[in-house]
Amino acid sequence: MTLDILAYAAFFLSMALTYAIICLGLNVQWGMTGLFNVGIAAFVAVGAYTSALLTTPPSPDRFGGFELPIFVGWLGAAITSGLLSWAVGALTIRLRSDYLAIATFGIAVTVQLCMLNLQPITGGAFGIGFIPRPFAVLQENALLFSLANFAVMAVVVLALYLALEHLAKSPWGRVLRAIREDEMAAQALGKGPIRFRLQAFTLGGAIMGLAGAAQAHFIGFIAPDNYMPILTFQVWAMLIVGGSGNNRGAIAGAILIWGLWALSAAAVSTFVPAEQQARAASLQIVAIGVGLCLMLLWRPRGLFGEVSPLTRLKSLRAAPSKE
Amino acid sequence: MMTASAISRSPAQPPPVIDARRLTKRFAGMTAVDSMSLTVGRQEMVGLIGPNGAGKTTMFSLIAGSLQPTSGELWISGHEVSREAPERRIGHGLARTFQIPKPFAEMSVLENLLVGGQRQQGEGLIANFLKPAAVRAEEKALIEKARGLLDFVTLSHLEHQPARVLSGGQRKLLELARVLMADPDVILLDEPAAGVNPALLEIIIERVIALNKQGKSILLIEHNMDMVSRLCSRVVAMALGKLLAEGTPAEVASSPAVIEAYLGGGA
Repeated sequence: MTLDILAYAAFFLSMALTYAIICLGLNVQWGMTGLFNVGIAAFVAVGAYTSALLTTPPSPDRFGGFELPIFVGWLGAAITSGLLSWAVGALTIRLRSDYLAIATFGIAVTVQLCMLNLQPITGGAFGIGFIPRPFAVLQENALLFSLANFAVMAVVVLALYLALEHLAKSPWGRVLRAIREDEMAAQALGKGPIRFRLQAFTLGGAIMGLAGAAQAHFIGFIAPDNYMPILTFQVWAMLIVGGSGNNRGAIAGAILIWGLWALSAAAVSTFVPAEQQARAASLQIVAIGVGLCLMLLWRPRGLFGEVSPLTRLKSLRAAPSKE
Repeated sequence: MMTASAISRSPAQPPPVIDARRLTKRFAGMTAVDSMSLTVGRQEMVGLIGPNGAGKTTMFSLIAGSLQPTSGELWISGHEVSREAPERRIGHGLARTFQIPKPFAEMSVLENLLVGGQRQQGEGLIANFLKPAAVRAEEKALIEKARGLLDFVTLSHLEHQPARVLSGGQRKLLELARVLMADPDVILLDEPAAGVNPALLEIIIERVIALNKQGKSILLIEHNMDMVSRLCSRVVAMALGKLLAEGTPAEVASSPAVIEAYLGGGA
């Protein structure tokens, strides 16, 4: 029993960490740069499908199936989503934030329609199955399998966290903050806002693509239904609850909201009669909405929020020799 | 009286740091700047004056690049920059401050200055991972330079404070130090005396004189004629978007056209 609980905890955390990766990507775009992306599902989906096409066995029904190693699939996913983000960004990054939101939403709808209708590539509504799972040889032992997957996800999240923290504190991150605070002043100091915004949008999109690939290999099957607008809503709720502008907040928010999602699913299956459960699943979205509202009322900047200048001042005073 | 177009130079002479040639800016039928020419020579301090609505700030914005001219040419240190984006002008040695200072309010005073550093390797996304040692060394040198400039503008004691806590005058000094991080050849100062207490104003004037002695050129928009007379060897007066008069501060102040523009409601 204890081992089952442990296996479930590892499974739960692995899934939550895939969302944490998407959240870290969104934090680069929104938290650090102020880019309002409401087409997250599209960038995650492109990553998932890219990795699936690269790593699955050949199939006579569709293009792809190159049986490449999983890490090649993940790399390909990050590159493809990064390229899509760059292309979308190059066209839309000059738009004001509300127009950028509409444009990214349009991209998400377009990508979803492509997933549904490009059957020779995406498998259409049936999606792509037989996506290789890391440590498949351990599948007989649920605990070991879950722990191994969790370890991989934890390493990926930790590496991303450290890399993004490094960037946030670097001169590159400083310019992003300057542009977000006053674009005209930053421009007068020689910092081209388009260039920096495009870089942040591309980086964030690449990270989302990586997350999509990680999820696809974790579940082993993908279909257009996995990339509905609800995914975008979930990720935004995660970042707002955790604290926009803070990488730790992005990770914590993902775990918390995914926990709420899983708990509400368990509650629905326990307390709602079987014939009503499909309809009652909407209560999961209500639960996240309520959680989001409570957090906005209780802590508008989220659990961690962006580190305020006064906090930074204290830490600088504590270690002045570092400069 | 000397006019901008009348300034001639021998082939050996370096080009002026600012050479605006018949700049015009129209907004939906309204001409804010009308065929305006203006030059600023090396190590020269020029004042740009005029009543409200004369087009000074528009002219300033055209030179700084935040507005594109409808017609005319702009040359900075011998480079034609009329259509260049504002962020590229600092690369030609032109920096500006703002009438209402624009500090990065949530960043510390020191960080504000660090943003002003030019050609930083660490501003490249990849360099932060591939050349960490070079980025660290560059950052250290930049911090030292920033501290020197904070000392120059008497803001050292506020180094770690968020910029939003600074007073209006301190914000002007911060902006001055921030643009100095870029080692500009010419600085556009937009009403540096506006809203500044007399003690801080004296510091600003002293620092501007010191910068000029170090070789910087200054183009100054200012309503405070006492300050303009103390700093500038040449004054350009505008009204209704056009050049009204040009010469020494005394010549311009006694020009009937200028007096008419200020007192006669010409603007």
